[in-house]
Parts: sequence; C-alpha cells; structure tokens
Amino acid sequence: METTVEKKYTAKDFTSDQEVRWCPGCDDYVILRTMQKILPEMGVAREDVVFVSGIGCSSRFPYYLNTYGIHSIHGRAPGIASGIKLANPNLSVWIATGDGDAMAIGGNHFIHVLRRNIDLNILLFNNEIYGLTKGQFSPTSLIGQKTKSSPYGNTQPPFSPGELALGAQARFFARIGGGSPKEMGQIFIEAQQFKGTSLIEILQNCVIFNDGCFNHLTDKDVKEDKQIYLEHGKPMIFGKNRDKGLVLNGLKLEVVTIGENGITQEDLLVHNAKEQDPTLHYMLVRMEYPLATGVIRSFDDVTLEEREDELTAQVKANSSFTKTDDLFFSGETYEVK
Amino acid sequence: MIETKIKPQPEKLEAVVIRFVGDSGDGMQLTGTQFTDTSAMFGNDIATFPNYPSEIRAPQGSLYGVSGFQVHIGSVEVSTPGDSVDLLVAMNPAALKTNLYALKPGHTLIVDTESFNKKNLEKAEYTTNPLEDGSLENYKVIEVDMTSLTKTALKDVAGLDTKTISRSKNMFSLGMIYWMYNRSTDYTIDFFNKKFKAKPSLIEANTKVLMAGYYFAETLELIPNSYTISPAKMPAGTYRIIMGNTATAWGFLAAAEKSGLELFLGSYPITPATDILHELAKHKHFGVKAFQAEDEIAGVTSAIGAAFAGDLAITTTSGPGLALKGEAIGLAIMTELPLVVVDVQRGGPSTGLPTKTEQSDLLQAMYGRNGESPVIVIAASTPANCFNFAYEAARIALEHMTPVILLTDGYIANGSAPWKIKTVAEMPPIKNNKITEVKENWHPYDRDENTLARNWAIPGTPGLEHRIGGLEKDAVTGNISYEPMNHEKMTAIRAEKIERVKFNIPDLETEFAQEGDLLIIGWGGTYGSLHSAVKQMNEQGHKNIGYAHFNYINPMPKNTEEVLSRFKKILVCELNSGQFASLLKIKFSQFEFLQFNKVQGLPFANEDLIQQFKSLV
Repeated sequence: METTVEKKYTAKDFTSDQEVRWCPGCDDYVILRTMQKILPEMGVAREDVVFVSGIGCSSRFPYYLNTYGIHSIHGRAPGIASGIKLANPNLSVWIATGDGDAMAIGGNHFIHVLRRNIDLNILLFNNEIYGLTKGQFSPTSLIGQKTKSSPYGNTQPPFSPGELALGAQARFFARIGGGSPKEMGQIFIEAQQFKGTSLIEILQNCVIFNDGCFNHLTDKDVKEDKQIYLEHGKPMIFGKNRDKGLVLNGLKLEVVTIGENGITQEDLLVHNAKEQDPTLHYMLVRMEYPLATGVIRSFDDVTLEEREDELTAQVKANSSFTKTDDLFFSGETYEVK
Repeated sequence: MIETKIKPQPEKLEAVVIRFVGDSGDGMQLTGTQFTDTSAMFGNDIATFPNYPSEIRAPQGSLYGVSGFQVHIGSVEVSTPGDSVDLLVAMNPAALKTNLYALKPGHTLIVDTESFNKKNLEKAEYTTNPLEDGSLENYKVIEVDMTSLTKTALKDVAGLDTKTISRSKNMFSLGMIYWMYNRSTDYTIDFFNKKFKAKPSLIEANTKVLMAGYYFAETLELIPNSYTISPAKMPAGTYRIIMGNTATAWGFLAAAEKSGLELFLGSYPITPATDILHELAKHKHFGVKAFQAEDEIAGVTSAIGAAFAGDLAITTTSGPGLALKGEAIGLAIMTELPLVVVDVQRGGPSTGLPTKTEQSDLLQAMYGRNGESPVIVIAASTPANCFNFAYEAARIALEHMTPVILLTDGYIANGSAPWKIKTVAEMPPIKNNKITEVKENWHPYDRDENTLARNWAIPGTPGLEHRIGGLEKDAVTGNISYEPMNHEKMTAIRAEKIERVKFNIPDLETEFAQEGDLLIIGWGGTYGSLHSAVKQMNEQGHKNIGYAHFNYINPMPKNTEEVLSRFKKILVCELNSGQFASLLKIKFSQFEFLQFNKVQGLPFANEDLIQQFKSLV
C-alpha cells in the first residue's frame, strides 16, 4: 500500500536538470508539463515515485522527471515495473509507453500486466505511428495509412487499445486527447488513487510523422461536438450546446438530441465506471462518434499484491519455519559420526 | 513356501550401481529414490541420476517411453552415478532393450516375465523373445512374474482397482532389492504411512507388495547370495540427500537471509530448471516472492525491477531462455544492478535435448549479448555444491553490482547426493552497496575505488532520486552521454569491474599431482566423472597426473597461469566441442591445450576418460 504524505511540492521539485529533447510542438510536452504540475497534488512523497519506460519517443519521459526512474528496453517496461512494485508495494509506479512499445514488441507483457492487476499506472502515448525509428506504421495505424514502411498504404488492421485492454481484463481504462491538459491531470490523479492497474490512452499528435491525425476529434472547435467526456455518475451528454446524449437502442449505443422526439435528459444513460460487467464500457470504447474520453472504466477489484500479501500471511501463520536453518534441518536428515 | 532360513553370509562390496528401468508410468523414479534414501540413512555415500523421457506419458511399452533411475551407493567416496551397471531391473522389453548396454557382463538382470508378451516385444522391436533366444546368456537373469505375484499378494486387500494393483509391482522389485542389499524396509513402510495417511488401503497394499518382494527374494533359490555395502567414511555431521536444483534454491534462501534482503525470483517454466521455481514458490514463510511471469523476458525484467527496488533478485532458466533474456541482461550490465541468472544447461541448439545434459551454453553465457557486455560466470560442480555456488553468485552480484550467470546442468540439477547441512551462520558474510545518506555532489555512478561497484540507491530513499537506463552513461554524472571518449572509458570500466572480481574469489586448487606430466582440466558438472577417473589413474600408479576443476569461469582465478605452467601437457575435458578450451587458448596462448570432448547429451563414461588419459602418459 502506498502511504500518503503531507509534504508540499511544486512542479519544479519534479523537474529534472535534463534538457527535454522532443520535437518542438510535440504533444509529449503537454503530457510532461501536466504530470509535473499534477504530481505535487497526488500526496505521494517524491522519493516514492518511480517512472519506468521502454523504448520510443514516449520512453524518454522518466529522464525529465526528478523522481526515481528506469529507461529500459523495448516493450519491457511492464516487467520491470511489476518487479519494482512487488519488491516494494509502497512505491507509486508509473509506466510511460507508446503504441509500438506497448502493443507490438511489448504486446505480451501489456496484456498480462493488465490481467494481473498490480497497482501500476500506464500512460499510453498513442500517435498511431513509430516516431523514434522515423515513421513506420504501428499496431494502431489505420488501414491505408501511408508511412515509410507502407508507401502504398498500410494493409494491417489496427488494434484499439481500449478494446485490447478490456479483453485483457483491464479494471481501469481512460482516454484523453493530448490537447486537454486539465482533464488529463484529473485522470492522472484518479489513476494514482485507483488500486490496480490503470491504463490511460493519450491521443498524442506526432508533428513530424503523423501530424494532425486526431485533429478531426481534438481540435478546439470540433472537440465538444466530436467527443463525449465521461464522468462517473453523470448523464452521457455532449456537444457545444450540451444537447446531445447517448441512449441504448437494443444492443447499440445511439446519439440522440435533447428536445427532439420527446427526449429529455432523464432518458440518457448515466455513466457507471465502477460497474464490474464491461459490456457497456466495451461499447463506449468502440464508439466512433462521439469518441468516448474520460475515465471509461474504473472497477475496484483485488490487486495482485493484496492476494499475495494475504497468502503470505496465511502461509507464515501456519508454518513452523522462521529461519532457513529450520528448513535445512527439517524432514529426513541423518547423522554421520 | 515361506519358511525361516538361515540367512546366507552377505558378500562385502565397496560400491554398487543399480539401475531401475520401466515405462514412464511404472514408478521407477519412486523406486529409485526410496532405495537411495534408505541407503543414505544406512550411511552410504550416494550419487543418483534420473533419466526420463520428455513425454509425460509416452505410449505404454514404447522404446521412447522408458524412464529410469540410476543410483550408485558406496562404502567409499562415490562421486558419480556410475556408468556401467551392476544390477539392472527391467520392468518391460523396451526398458531391457534400451538399457542392457549398460549392464556389466556376468552381472544380474531382474525382469518382470509377465511384461514380455507378444505385444510388448513387438513395441520394443524384438523379433524373438530375449528371455528365450539365448541372447542374455552372458548375464545372471532372474525371471520373476512380478505382475501375478503382486496380484496374489493383494488378493485379500479390499477396495483396490486393477490399475492400482498393477502399479504396485514396482514395490515388489524394491522389496527384492532391499533383501539383496541387506537393507531395512522400515524407511519405506514409514514413507507409505505418511504418504497414504488418508488412504489406509494403499498403505496396506504397498506394504504387502514390498514385503512380498522381500520374502520372495529371501526364499528364492535363484538368488544365491546377498550383498552388503558398509557405511562410507564421511566427515561427521548432519546430512540430508539433496537434489541439485533444490540445493540451488536453498543457496539463494541462505544468501537472502544472510544479506538481510528479500528474495525475488522472476521465472518462466523450462526443463530442466523449473524445479528451482517449484522449490522457491514453497517458501512464502520466508517472504520469498516467486513470480511466474508470462515469458522468459518478463522473468528477467521483473527481476531487474526488483533489483532496482532493493531485493536480492534472481531469474532461472535453461539455454533457450538464456537466449531470450540476453537483451535484458545487457540492461542489467548497463544499469549495473545486482542480478543472478541461473542457466541449468541442457542439450542444444534450439529445443535440442531438453532432458539431457550438456555444457554447451558456456560461450552463450560469456558472449551472448549485443555490444561488449562482460558478466561474471560461475559454475557449480556437484548436486550438493549447487548450494554454495548459488550463495556465491548472490554474494558476488551484491558486492560487485553486476549480473552473475550461474551455470549448472541437467546432470547435477536432477542428480542427488548427500549434503552436509550448512547453517546460515557458517556461510561467509555478504556486503552490499546500498546507500541512504545524501551527500553533496552525489551521483548514481559513484564507485567503490577497489571493486568499481557503483552505489545502490533504492527508490524510497529521500534525496537520492535518479534515473538510470540502457543508454550509455556519463562516467561521472550517470546522465545520458553520446560522447565518443566517454563510451570507450565506460566500456573499459565495465570490463575492469568484472576482472577485479578475481580478488574476491578463491585460487584454483590442484588435486592429486601438484606438478608433472599431465594436467586434467574440467569445469562445472563434470567434476564427479573427472575426479573419479583421475583418482583411479593415481591408484593405478600414475602419480604424475594432476586435476584442476574450474568453478569460476569469468574471471578465472588469479593463479590460473601459474597452475597451468606446472604441467607438461594439459587436457581440457568438457561436454561440448571445446568452449572452455577456446577461452583458455585466448587467455593463455603460450600453452598448448589438448581437448577431450563429448556431445551426446550424456555425462563422461569412466572407461573413455581412463583410455584417453592413458594415451597421454
């Protein structure tokens, strides 16, 4: 369990002395500034925070935060982070990863870390492209997308991170655009407070190799009409005029307009992120219009550490062994004189 | 027909090798371990080797489904499971066919006649019945219809199905062997009482069959005499029989307790290393965190994470798994974290021979990574000293802030031998490089000036927040550096750090001749075979042969060159095509290294070694 502290920090306390080396205009700057700003509000001592990353642009993240950190190898951050958390459950452990790092080379670790539900927080920077290796298609690139390794268009169908995560038993899944720092900070806090593995998909614009890929969803002038920001316990309303909403029509979500066909706010679905059954969360994750953002799923479940702790306590209580010598001299031994 | 007879005077023997072979479902491993444990209690020295197929339940009666267990017991020092066999117990034709080669001519073969039926003979590809065609006339064959004798012995025991009855016949053979070697049946009966506590009918059945075999041997005139093997002369103390993999696991338990650190294992199941995971998973009472990961890579990376967070971190595997872990071991080298990687070697390449032994991962352990990435490599040499070298691997990793690869192999990992139990108090101290104090101008890559080990600042320590990673580090600050001269400097520091470990390990010892005509060199799991062969040569009057066995491969002991210079000829014996010899040739090019190699998935045979040694003196 992580302990909370009353220390007062500022964003500066969480900023390292290393020069940030991302391309100018990259959304990664927004994510970094949001994290530096929000960390002081989390109630966690700086020495108890660890950032772990794999390889890719996103994986430079730990170098820029004045906490403990490991920049590891491609795709393997979940393994390293799991070892850190199991060794010391008091730490607040964060993974910074990208679409290639998490879902291509690290795909196996990604699904298993979600399945186990260790108390870790994963920031998934999804830019639908490989940045650091200079512009190849990734497992989230769209069919037809022209990249350096798909000059005539990508032929490999993409993963949706949320679908994959829910299929892998994720208890916490949130999605947010790179241009929404306020909501992003709020999600970071919720992820930190959530006991279990939390996955945050950040739609992160790559200015060099895939510029504008999310503009139709995240630009200021369309954002409110194209996205629905979900909040637990609140009706599913969106739109500049707050007049659009979601209802369930048979087995499909449907967009309705308040005031048309006798629809009132009472008819709209109310978001329940804490529901164990992921069916509706899955429908929200898959929905193309509007794009669901915010905390889509936040189901409280037992963590792996809690299970392990309980078992260990049980075994200890029932064991006569306190030191290894007790084991070595137990059972069938014999004397040679 | 059971009547009291005057027991014939037992014949005294120094040592005997017995092999039990049958179908993989026949319970040969149990028969073998029971005989082993009983003999150990009696005070014999012991070496065992189980030999089983990769298939869990291969088709009954098939040649590739044969499972065996060999035990060597002695009133003198016994250092290998033995290569040729004094007594072979074969439960079916396939077992006979695949194992008869090992039985010494004129020695005893016990067979279950019932199993030599047409169907089983065909499966074993016999065109005629070997019990009838005269092909076994060079052996003392004892034909016993164990199947029907077992059925008869159990006819009054209620509640047994046919399967249970036929599975009990291994206890009939065990009972016979107990009588032949003058052993008490008490230990095994005690074992039944404990194991089948909840099923009294099984206690009764197994005990009946065991005693039926025992009395059968006593009354049977086909067995002319009985053998006895007196207790061996071993140093006084408390002993237990231990398997190599268990000893490895326990070495880590002891190291964790001694160093005051929690033990973390990240592992993925792989033959023949999995028993270490099984063993450590049992010890939650000591707070052991045994994490079965999703793959080999997550096994090692979780251990690296645990090492960063301050645990004694280990990962266990075999050759194919070591290949998968290579990149992550490079990360542990770059981040200079303490990590132990155990490779229980098996036959390779690729999936190779999973259940057979080999020493062919040596160069993979040395060089199997990208870039110049030196690690410590050490090797255990007996089932019992797997304990010491697991402990030693942990000690060196923690004291020098480096990954250590510990090599064992299928032969010593699955073999068992008496272990004179060590208490944690008698093990050497283990230091580590943890720091908690915040000093002016502190850097994560500040080093101990003697060992060059960097300091170990653990997350959770206020004021020592820092970042490490796989990118090259500035030699002073530990920040990312692409500076050409810095990279060359760091490459040299990483190499020098490993080299300096030679001041923290014992010198190489020479056994038998200290100087002379021929030096036999071995490393790792071949100690038993090589030691007994050199000993035999010495006893035959070849006092000019010395023997040096390496447990420390990288770095080698600092007196290595001096030892090599004392002999006229040097013969390097290993179960590969000459990997250690190639390391010696690079390092000590002034000497000529002769080689004796075997790559058959099997240990050295004594006769081959003796013949080779004789040709050189």
